[in-house]
Amino acid sequence: MKLLNQACACVLLSAGLLSQATAAECIAPANPGGGWDFTCRSISKIMHDIGAVDKPIQVTNMAGGGGGLAYTHVVNERGTDEELIVAASSATATRLAQNAYAGMTADQVKFLGAIGADPGVLVVGKDSPFKSLTDLLDAVKADPTSVTFAGGSAAGGFDHLKVLMALGRVGFTDISKVKYIGVDGGADAITQTIGGFTQAMTGDISEVVGFLKSGDVRVLAVFADERIAGDDFSDIPTAKEQGVDVVAVNWRGLYVPNDISDEAYNKWSDALAQVAASDEWAEAMTANGLAPFTKVGADFAGYLDGVIAEIQTLSKELGVIK
Amino acid sequence: MEVFSLLADGFAVALTPQNMMLAVIGCVIGTMVGALPGLGPSNGVAILIPISFSFGLDATQSLVLMTSVYYGAMYGGRISSILLNIPGDEPALMTTLDGYPMAKQGRAAEALVLSGVASFVGATFATIGLMFLAPWLAQVAFLFGPAEYFALFLLAFCTLGGMASNNQRKAAIAACIGLGISMIGLDNSSGMPRLTGGSLHLMDGVDFLVAIVGLFAVAEVFIFIESHGKESAIGVKLGKVTIPFMMIVKSFGAMVRASVVGFIAGVLPGAGASLGSFLAYMTEKAISKDKDTFGTGNPRGVAAPEAGNNAAAGGALVPMLTLGVPGSGTTAVLLALLMTLNITPGPMLFKERPDLVWGLIATLFIANFVLLILNVPLVKIFVKLLSVPPWVLLPGVTMVSFVGIYSLSGSYFDLLLMIGFGVLGYFLRKIDVPTVPIILGILLGNHMEDKLRQAMVISGGDWTYLFSSPIAIGLWIAAIVGFVAPMFLSKFLKKPSAVSD
Repeated sequence: MKLLNQACACVLLSAGLLSQATAAECIAPANPGGGWDFTCRSISKIMHDIGAVDKPIQVTNMAGGGGGLAYTHVVNERGTDEELIVAASSATATRLAQNAYAGMTADQVKFLGAIGADPGVLVVGKDSPFKSLTDLLDAVKADPTSVTFAGGSAAGGFDHLKVLMALGRVGFTDISKVKYIGVDGGADAITQTIGGFTQAMTGDISEVVGFLKSGDVRVLAVFADERIAGDDFSDIPTAKEQGVDVVAVNWRGLYVPNDISDEAYNKWSDALAQVAASDEWAEAMTANGLAPFTKVGADFAGYLDGVIAEIQTLSKELGVIK
Repeated sequence: MEVFSLLADGFAVALTPQNMMLAVIGCVIGTMVGALPGLGPSNGVAILIPISFSFGLDATQSLVLMTSVYYGAMYGGRISSILLNIPGDEPALMTTLDGYPMAKQGRAAEALVLSGVASFVGATFATIGLMFLAPWLAQVAFLFGPAEYFALFLLAFCTLGGMASNNQRKAAIAACIGLGISMIGLDNSSGMPRLTGGSLHLMDGVDFLVAIVGLFAVAEVFIFIESHGKESAIGVKLGKVTIPFMMIVKSFGAMVRASVVGFIAGVLPGAGASLGSFLAYMTEKAISKDKDTFGTGNPRGVAAPEAGNNAAAGGALVPMLTLGVPGSGTTAVLLALLMTLNITPGPMLFKERPDLVWGLIATLFIANFVLLILNVPLVKIFVKLLSVPPWVLLPGVTMVSFVGIYSLSGSYFDLLLMIGFGVLGYFLRKIDVPTVPIILGILLGNHMEDKLRQAMVISGGDWTYLFSSPIAIGLWIAAIVGFVAPMFLSKFLKKPSAVSD
């Protein structure tokens, strides 16, 4: 038992030491291994490697409430901490728009920017009768019960909303009729679609890479401004090309506490812009299936306001918020 | 055969001194992580991910380390189940049922050796299955939709009643409490939080480990305090450490059967290791001639769940590698690790990265042997643990669990919740309601509900969809038989003690 105690204490100590040793901190609002963890670890490392910050930035994991615990922590207890950055993504914006963070709102922190994104996709099995995005959307318009969508987020989450945005553009507004099931992650959603239990999968492009290469699925549309570079992706049409003007990407970025000085805010946004322009980040993006998507500072704030407003409208119609 | 030359290449990758060392370190850490009630395999692997990054390990090395930890934790979970009646992690839950009674009879060492061998058989079987059948087995996941999964979970719940042989009603009540607790958190089908009282801490639901430590360890502390140590269940007799060859030979059939059941449950992405060990135990109990001795220290009741959960652990790697769908909590963390290492698991992984896949399979074989070798001599050390007086041991284990859970969540809320579960566990013990079905309710309830509601969304509310495939119908029949059969059979098999109940 002593042995076990000691060993355990060692593991815990080393974990503790890792998170105490330095001044600046990046909070990943989830357990190690997820998207937010990746954002914190890679951005922090590159910031230090390219000399954008003097000292290494330490990563802390604070999981809970889908990022809500970290958000309330930053708003309530760290409001003036100038040495703090927090990982964020589309999920953060979606949950803020839906009041899922205990009533906290997006203006209680400052968003620094996004420097990469996982573009959204709509996918069907290789034998599906739907050959284009229009085929699929028309089928839903004609009979909403004939198509079930599967995605990796819960109902009302970003994967669900992407489908509703696309349907909204082609004039289908009875969104509560659209059938959607939330399963455990994007790959599970693909499995259900290939198995024929659902007709289409909504998710991010990084989730479909393996199945795309093996030829098990057909990607009907990617919700990005332009086609994605790379042999496997350049054949995939954007939704825009098909007359459905939706850009829905899962961006990766950062926010900082609300009450820090403009100086500190500018210091961090400069550092973030430097990371975005670096070769190291380009490499990290390719490795993780991210497409370039750089919006820093005011540019990003404007984009975010638009996204949050649209999510709020859709969520009210869905009944996820009142 | 191609498979063997690929495997030979895999061993060439895995058998470098550095990888061997990582495998041994991983096995030792994994065994400890598994044995500590506050830390499960998924947490253990998650904690080690940042460490493997800071050591700059490459993809193969990280995988070697992490899968050794994973297999090690599956072995380690049984230790506290047997010695303390506190499951080290969720799949080791079923091992408490017969493992602890065996320890109480002074057969702790036998139970540990037997379960170690059972773990080895289960894990080896699963690794062989992974090696030969992975690409083919991946297709099985395409056959299971919401209706089929729902029927599978229903089967588990229908056989639950037979678990507590003395009082089925109390087992049913316990399962309902567990189901109720599993409702807490975000509702997947509507995206709305349920029963959280507006607290963000409850949005992700109740963690199994919090419930396990509370219901088992903390409740035990309360009982211990109340009785001044007299009524405590802790304090098993020490016996001589001998290798029970006869027992191993006799339970070998049980191990093989349990491995098959566990492996199948592991391969299904929605099921997982806990369901694997549960179904393995129930299957063994159902076909055995001496049903009554299950729950009182039957060696086969120790061998079956251990072989089952280790086979399920290996099985869960099949959908993770071939489809990118994690079959359990731990494989979800491993999947995240792979993605961070720029490896996309999926249908192409076996073709694109054979070095990695076969290196991994070779590592699994190596880790398995290391664990068997580690675990048999180590039994003596673990049994020594019992000579520590309970008043030191019990609070010590509980304290380590508290620290473990706090280090993961960093919130005191989980600790309060754990004490709450301790109080609940104390009262349930007083009125003789078993706690194992509560944990199963929490573990399986959520999935079962999700699958039912997904099925209803797909079919537009038409309940006949639940019986729309041969697989679903088969599982429904098995579930109904599992539920009804004991009622009729009990007329013939009724034991005298049941009458006086």
